[in-house]
Amino acid sequence: MAMASGSGTAAAAQGGAPQLCWFEEVRKEDVALVGGKCSSLGELISAGVRVPPGFALTTHGYARFMRDAGVSGEIPGMLEGCGHDDLEQLESASKAIREMIEEHSFAWELEDAVAEYYRKLSVRCMVPAVPVAVRSSATAEDLPGASFAGQQDTYLWIRGVDDLLLHARRCISSLFTARAIAYRIRMGFPHEEVALSVGFQKMANSYTAGVMFTLNPGNGDRSVIAIDSNFGFGESVVSGEVTPDHFVVNKVALDILERTICSKEITYTVDPKTQKSVKIETPFERQSVQSLIDEEIVELARMGKAIEKHYGRPMDIEWAVDKDLPAGGNIFILQARPETVWSEKREKEAAVAGKASSAMDFILSSLLTGKKVS
Amino acid sequence: MKFPVPHDVKAKTIPGTEGWERMYPYQYQFVTDDPTRNQYEKEMFWFYDGLHYPEPLYPFDTIWDEAWYLALSQYNNRIFMVPPVRGVDHRMINGYVYISPVPVKNPEEIGSRVPHFMERAGHYYKNWDELEKKWKVKMEATIRELEQLEIPKLADMEDIKVVTDAIGESKGFHLLKNYDDLINLGIKCWQYHFEFLNLGYAAYVFFLDFVQKLFPSIPAQRVTQMISGIDVIMYQPDEELKKLAKKAIELGVDNAVCFSQEWTEVEAALKKLPKGVEWLTSLNLSREPWFNVSTGTGWFHHDRSWNDAMNIPLNGIQTYIQKVKAGVNIERPMEQVRAERDRITAEYRGLIEKEEDRKQFDELLGCAKTVFPYVENHLFYVEHWFHSVFWNKMREVAAILVEHGIIKDVEDVWLLRRDEIKQALWDVVTAWATGVTPRGTQTWPKEVEWRKGVMQKFKEWSPPPAIGTAPEVIQEPFTIVLWGVTNSSLADWAAVAEVKDPSTVKEFKGFAGSPGIVEGKARVCRTVEDIRQLQEGEILVAPTTSPSWAPAFAKIKACVTDVGGVMSHAAIVCREYGMPAVVGTGHATKIIQTGMMIRVDGSTGAITVAR
Repeated sequence: MAMASGSGTAAAAQGGAPQLCWFEEVRKEDVALVGGKCSSLGELISAGVRVPPGFALTTHGYARFMRDAGVSGEIPGMLEGCGHDDLEQLESASKAIREMIEEHSFAWELEDAVAEYYRKLSVRCMVPAVPVAVRSSATAEDLPGASFAGQQDTYLWIRGVDDLLLHARRCISSLFTARAIAYRIRMGFPHEEVALSVGFQKMANSYTAGVMFTLNPGNGDRSVIAIDSNFGFGESVVSGEVTPDHFVVNKVALDILERTICSKEITYTVDPKTQKSVKIETPFERQSVQSLIDEEIVELARMGKAIEKHYGRPMDIEWAVDKDLPAGGNIFILQARPETVWSEKREKEAAVAGKASSAMDFILSSLLTGKKVS
Repeated sequence: MKFPVPHDVKAKTIPGTEGWERMYPYQYQFVTDDPTRNQYEKEMFWFYDGLHYPEPLYPFDTIWDEAWYLALSQYNNRIFMVPPVRGVDHRMINGYVYISPVPVKNPEEIGSRVPHFMERAGHYYKNWDELEKKWKVKMEATIRELEQLEIPKLADMEDIKVVTDAIGESKGFHLLKNYDDLINLGIKCWQYHFEFLNLGYAAYVFFLDFVQKLFPSIPAQRVTQMISGIDVIMYQPDEELKKLAKKAIELGVDNAVCFSQEWTEVEAALKKLPKGVEWLTSLNLSREPWFNVSTGTGWFHHDRSWNDAMNIPLNGIQTYIQKVKAGVNIERPMEQVRAERDRITAEYRGLIEKEEDRKQFDELLGCAKTVFPYVENHLFYVEHWFHSVFWNKMREVAAILVEHGIIKDVEDVWLLRRDEIKQALWDVVTAWATGVTPRGTQTWPKEVEWRKGVMQKFKEWSPPPAIGTAPEVIQEPFTIVLWGVTNSSLADWAAVAEVKDPSTVKEFKGFAGSPGIVEGKARVCRTVEDIRQLQEGEILVAPTTSPSWAPAFAKIKACVTDVGGVMSHAAIVCREYGMPAVVGTGHATKIIQTGMMIRVDGSTGAITVAR
C-alpha cells in the first residue's frame, strides 16, 4: 500500500491494518486490501486519470465486521452439505446468511470512521451529504481470467451515513447469493477465504455515460477504441437496456472512424424529489440525438489510450461526463479493468505472418491465397 | 454477384454508330461468331477501367491500352511467372475499355511456376536499387531518342545532299520509317513502364494487406502514411514553380511576372527587362524536363503539358509569389510529415502483439519503402515526360497528313487507328513520289467526320461498371491495388450506376483519402485550366488531379475527386499538406456545383451537401 502519511486513515488507529482508506492511497497491487475495483481506481488516480473521489472499506474492515457479526464462524456450518447443484438448499442457506449480515450493524468505531470519511468527502466535493455510489470490490473479481464481474452489487445515489452503511452491508451480503455460493463450490474456492472491500465513490452527475473498450470488441483490433454511450447514468448501457450510440476511434490518430447513432428510449437520471436514481423514458425528440459530442469522443479516447498505456494491456472502462462541471474537466473514469476475452484468445492464435519469414515469402503466400471477392 | 452478359450489352448498338468496331483493333471485340471465344468471354469477369479511361478512347489513343495490355501481361505471365495469374485481357464496348484478370487454373501449373517466380522476382527485389538505376538510364535514353526523332516534311525536290552524300534514301522513306520508330519507341517505353511496376505494387499491396489483417479497422490511408515523406520526383514540377516564384522576388521582377494571366504578354514584358531575361533563363532550365508534366493523366492526346499551356504554370508561380510576399511558408512540411509518419508507424508497431508479426511488419515495411519511389516516379518518366513529347511528335505527323489533304485539322489524326495512319502515310508518300493525288483525300475526311459523331454518342453513353461473371477470388495484384476490386467495390459500382438524379443527392461516399473534417464552399474544376478560379479556402472538387494541379493545393482546404484510390495523386498530396481528401467518389463533379457548402470527412470518406 502506497500510504499517504497523515491523511487520517483508520490505519493509525488499527496499528497497520487499516479498515478505511482513500482511493488515492492505494495502487493496483492492493487488491488484497481493497479489492480489484478500488485498487484500480487508486491506480488510475496515480496515473493522472480523472476519477470521482471516494474511499474504501478495506478487507480488514470487512473481516472485522464478519467477525463482530459472528458470521465468519457460522457460515461453514450453514453451508455444510450444500452441493453446487442443490438449488433449493442453496437458496435457503443464502437467505439465512444474507439476513444475518444485513441485520447486523457495524461496530461503533467503524461507523464513526465511515462518518468521518464521508464528511471529508462531502467537504472535498463541496456538496453537503454528497451522493455516492456504493460498490462491492471483490478480491477475486476483475482479475484476468477469473470473471466474477457482476456477481456483486452496486447501489447508486446513496446519501447519508446510515444509508452508506446499510448498502455496504448489502454489498457484503451479495457475496452469499445462491449463485455466488454455487460458483465457489464448483470452483473449489473456500468461503472463508472470500474477502470483500466496499467502495464509496462520489456519484458523477452524469449527463452522458457508458463504456469504452481499448480494442474493437467485435474483432479484437487493438488499433481502435470502441465507445458505447447513452444519456444519463451508465446503468442503461451496462445493463443492455438500450442500444447505445456506438463510436469507433482510431487509437493512433484519434480520428472517429464510425458513428452509429441509435434510438435510445431509456435514460437513468436522478429524481429531484427523492434524490434517487430513476429510469425514465427519454423524450422522443432526444432519443436519436448523438449522446457525446465529437470533442468528448476524442478526449475520452485519449484517456482510454493513456489508461491502456499505463496498464500495458487492453482495458474495459466505465466513464461518465459530469454535467455539473465545465467542458475540459468533466469527463470521469468510473472504473477500468483488463479486457479478458480477446486477450486470452489472442494468445492462442497463430501469428498473421504465418510460416512466412521474409517479405518475399509473404508476398508469394499472399499471391497464392489471393483475395476473396464473393 | 450477377452482372450483364457482355454480348447483350454490346448488341444494343447506339443508333448512328453501326460499324464503330472498325475504329478499334479487331481483337478487342466481344464476339458471337466464335463459340469457344464467346463461351470464354461469358465466363470471365470484365470490369470497366474507369480509373484510366473516364471517357471513351479515341482510336489512336488506344495505343497505350494496347501497350499496357502487352506489357503487364507479359511480365506477370512470361517473365516473372507470377504463380496464380496470367495477364489481364482487354475488350471494348462503345470506346470504353473492359479488362479481366486471367488466372492460372491448374494447381499443378501454379506449383511449377513458384520456383521460377521466387528466382525471378527475388532477383528484382534483392537488387531493386541497382536495377532501378539501370532503368533510369534506359528510360532517359529512350526519351532522348524520341526527342531527337525527326518527322521529315516531303519537299517537291529532295535536297542536293541526297545526291552528293549518296544517301540513297528519300524523305518519303524516312517519314514511313520514323513513324514506325515513333510508335515503337512508345511501345518500348511501356515495356519499361512495367519492368518494376507489378512487383512494386505486389510489395505494396501485401504490406497493406498484412497490416489490415493485424488491424482490421485500420484505414488504408494510415498504412500509406507509413510510407509517406519519401522524396519522389512527382513533386519536382511544383518545386520548380516555388523556386521560380522566389527567384522572381529576389530579382525584383515579381510584378512583371504577375501583371497578366497571359504567358505571351508576361514573356514579352520580361524580355524588355535585363533581370527579366535572367529570370527567363532560369525558367528555361526548369522547363526541361519538369514542364513536360501533363495537365491531365498523360494518357490522352488532349492532355497538354505545361510546356504546351504555359498559362497554367504561370498561374502557379503567381500564386506562390503572392504567398511568399504575404509571409506564408510555401515549403512542403516534410519534417512534420516524417515526424508524424514515424510516430504512427511506431505506435502501430507497438500494438502488434506477436514477435513474428513485428518482424514481418518490419520486413514488409522496408520492402514497401524500397519500391515506393519507383511506383511513384515511373509516372513522370512515362505518362508525363515521354507522352508529352510523343503527342507533339504525333502532331508533326498529323501536320503532314493535313498538308497532303488526308485530314482537315491536326487534331483529326486521333480519330484514326495507328495502323490506319501508317496506311495513310504510305498513300501520301507513294502519291508524293509518283506525283499524283493520294486516294485518302477522298475517303478519310468523310470517315473522320462520321467518327467524330460516333465519339460524341459514345461520350453520352454510360458504361456498366462490370459485365460477365464475378469470380470468387482475385489474385492479380494490379486489379486489387489500382482498381480496388473487392466485394464491396462491386456493390458500390452497382450503386453508382443507379444514381439517376444527382441534384437530389445529399450524402455520398468515396474512399477516405486523407483524414480530417472540413466544411466549406465547393469549387468544381473539370480541367486544370479551371484552378485559376479557385479562391483561398475553397474545397476543390475535380474528376481527378495530377501533378500539374499541384498549385491548387496551396489554396484549398480539402479535395474531393471522382476517380482514384488512396494512392492517387490527390490523396497523397492532401496527406502531405495535412488536409482532408475523399477520393474515388464516382460522381462528385456531377452532384456538387460550385458555390455549394459541403462537408468533407476524410476519415470516413463521407461527403455531405447542404441543399
